[in-house]
Parts: sequence; C-alpha cells; structure tokens
Amino acid sequence: MKNWPLWEVFIRSKNGLEHRHCGSLHASDATMALENARDVYTRRMEGVSIWVVPSAQITASNPDDSAELFDPAKDKAYRHPTFYELPDELKHM
Amino acid sequence: MSEKEVKNLEAIFDARIARDEKIEPKDWMPEKYRQTHIRQISQHAHSEIVGMLPEGNWITRAPSLKRKVALLAKIQDEAGHGLYLYSACETLGVSREELYEQLHSGKAKYSSIFNYPTLTWADMGAIGWLVDGAAIINQVPLCSTSFGPYARAMVRVCKEESFHQRQGFQIMMTLAEGTPEQKEMAQDALNRWWWPALMMLGPLDAESVHTEQSMKWKLKRKSNDDLRQQFVDQTVPQAKMIGLTIPDPDLKWNEEKQSYDFGEMNWDEFWQVVKGHGPCNKERISARVNAWEKGKWVRDAAMAYAEKQANKEVKQAI
Repeated sequence: MKNWPLWEVFIRSKNGLEHRHCGSLHASDATMALENARDVYTRRMEGVSIWVVPSAQITASNPDDSAELFDPAKDKAYRHPTFYELPDELKHM
Repeated sequence: MSEKEVKNLEAIFDARIARDEKIEPKDWMPEKYRQTHIRQISQHAHSEIVGMLPEGNWITRAPSLKRKVALLAKIQDEAGHGLYLYSACETLGVSREELYEQLHSGKAKYSSIFNYPTLTWADMGAIGWLVDGAAIINQVPLCSTSFGPYARAMVRVCKEESFHQRQGFQIMMTLAEGTPEQKEMAQDALNRWWWPALMMLGPLDAESVHTEQSMKWKLKRKSNDDLRQQFVDQTVPQAKMIGLTIPDPDLKWNEEKQSYDFGEMNWDEFWQVVKGHGPCNKERISARVNAWEKGKWVRDAAMAYAEKQANKEVKQAI
C-alpha cells in the first residue's frame, strides 16, 4: 500500500492577515490533512483558518536560477520613491 | 562537478553561514552538511517521539484531573514537536518511512535519558523540571541555527517547552511541601534523574567529536561543558528553594568563577545506555515498532478510502 502523501499547511493567525506557511504533514486525504493540521499546528489558538495543499502540487523556483530571476530588479532604483530627489519644502509626498 | 568547483561552492556556502544567512532546502549544500543535519534533526525528532513513552506510563495514574490534562497536553506537544522535526528533516530529501526504519532498526539514536524507567509520580515532576529544563538549554541556541526549516521548527518547540518545565517543577514543589513520604518521593526522583539529566547535555568537550564542525554550521552555539554549567547554575538554587538536595557531595559554590563546581559523571553508565544496555532500551523500541506495525492496517485503510473517493470524483467528472 502507498504511503500517506505530504501536505503543506498554511495558517491565517487572525482575520485581516494572510495565510502563512507553517510546515507540513502526512495525511491520506485533504480532510485528514485539515484535521491533522488543526492538531499539529493550532494547539494554542494560533489560527482562525487553515489551508492544506498537496506538496506535489507546488511549483517552486530553483535557487540556481535566482540570478536571472531576481537580479533584473536590482538596478531599477527608479522604482523606489527615494530615487526622486525633491526640495525639502515639499510636504506630504 | 570538478573538485575545484566543489571547493569553491563550499567556500561560498561557509561564507553565507558566517554572515548569518539561512540555508533553505533547495540551496546547494555540502553533502556532509546534509547528512549531519539529517542525523541531528532525526535524532531530535526520535527523542520527542520516544520521550512520550516514559510519561505515557503515568497518564492513567495522575493524582488529579488537573495533573492529568496537563500531562496529556505535554505529551501531545511532544508528538507535535516530533512531527515538526520530522517534516523539517524530510526537506533534506529523506522520507518519513526511512526515518522510522532507522529508529526501529536501532540505526538511529535518540536521547538516552528516555531509557530510564518512570517509577513514581514524582518522576513526572523530575522529568519536566530537569529533562525538559536541560532540553531547553540545548534547544534555545538552535532557534538561530543555519538551516532554515530546523531553526523555524525550534522556534515553535521552544515557545511550547517552557510550560513543560513549569508544570514539572510545580509537581516537585507540591510534593516537597507535602507529607514526609511525598517529600521523600520527590527527593528520590531527583536522586535518580539528576545525573542522567547532566549527561543529556552531551559528552565532555574533550571527548566530543562533532563540536568544531557543528559550531561552524551553527548547529551548536555553546560547548557541552558550557551548557552543563549553565544548567547546574540555574537548577541548584531551584532545588534549594523547595528544600531538596542535589545528590552530589562535591557540589560547591565557587566564589572565584561565580558558579558551581560539581562532581564527576559516570560516563561508563552513559555509554552503556547509549549502546542499548540501559534499563528500558528494548522496551522503548519494541513499543514503537509495535505501534507502527499494529497501525499498518489503519494507514492502509485510510489510503484505500482516499483512493476510492478520488476515483469517484474522476468518474463524476467524466
């Protein structure tokens, strides 16, 4: 018989905040993954909502490609407000 | 990859750790880093899981409902800690089944302290106070270790661990304030757990084989001897406070170094227990193997059900 697959667990700690990845666990199906996530990751009221996603369904970027993925943003200082030097008298901008 | 290229990657890797950058699972890492982490994180996970057994022994005999729910909650936390750690370990490319297999076959170790028996209710107090106390001293520095998933798991573990120590100390305190028999029971538990707790912090620095490399990788931030000194210095006043005596005739305050001197540990006993000849090694492993094998039909049934449901959904979709 096959082993229970791996699931990634995301928890919203309170309304108004996003779900955040908090770890993973094994379960035979989505319902069990939710129940196990409740027991493993929210024993002290750490969350008001849980997402579980089969780990195999996640497509991740490869750290070896980090340079070509992320370096193009490095030399674009003009995307930040501090790039634009303006007189000190100018308020609220 | 040529040897020179590997050396180059290793130099970049070491520099990242020296800068306090974290290493994440898909980053390049030296094979030795991967293997050392699999070994240490899985040992840690196994210790949490086996650690439930000596305490499970007392759930049905806890002296009150309050003590029983607290002990249950503590043991449930230990299951949780084991699960956080197994997951962190699996990110290094080892499967849960391989990890269990290593534990069940005796290939992987777990903390030796759990091979001692829990003879009286006071042992629940001594374990929480001393064993969890020593574990916290070991674990707090690991919250800033270099491997991201391990560090994150340890932050969770440490947050939850302090209730364990407090509930243990409170059990000891209550017994120590009780009848002469109860106080004696507390003293007896302290006598039996004190030395194993000290040895939990690892071999003497002079004999520790992994220290240097582990320090570099931030798997260890203080030496075993320093951790042990810290444990003794913080625990001795706690014992005094509840009127119990540390079972060490050589224990003495050292004014000059502003800490306690203490006696020699029985390392022969320690290595005997590590090698599998402790009072409960066989019992612990057989309990684990039993639970795993007897649970097989449940795991299979759950998987069969999940597959059946998934097939139904596919049929409906067609």
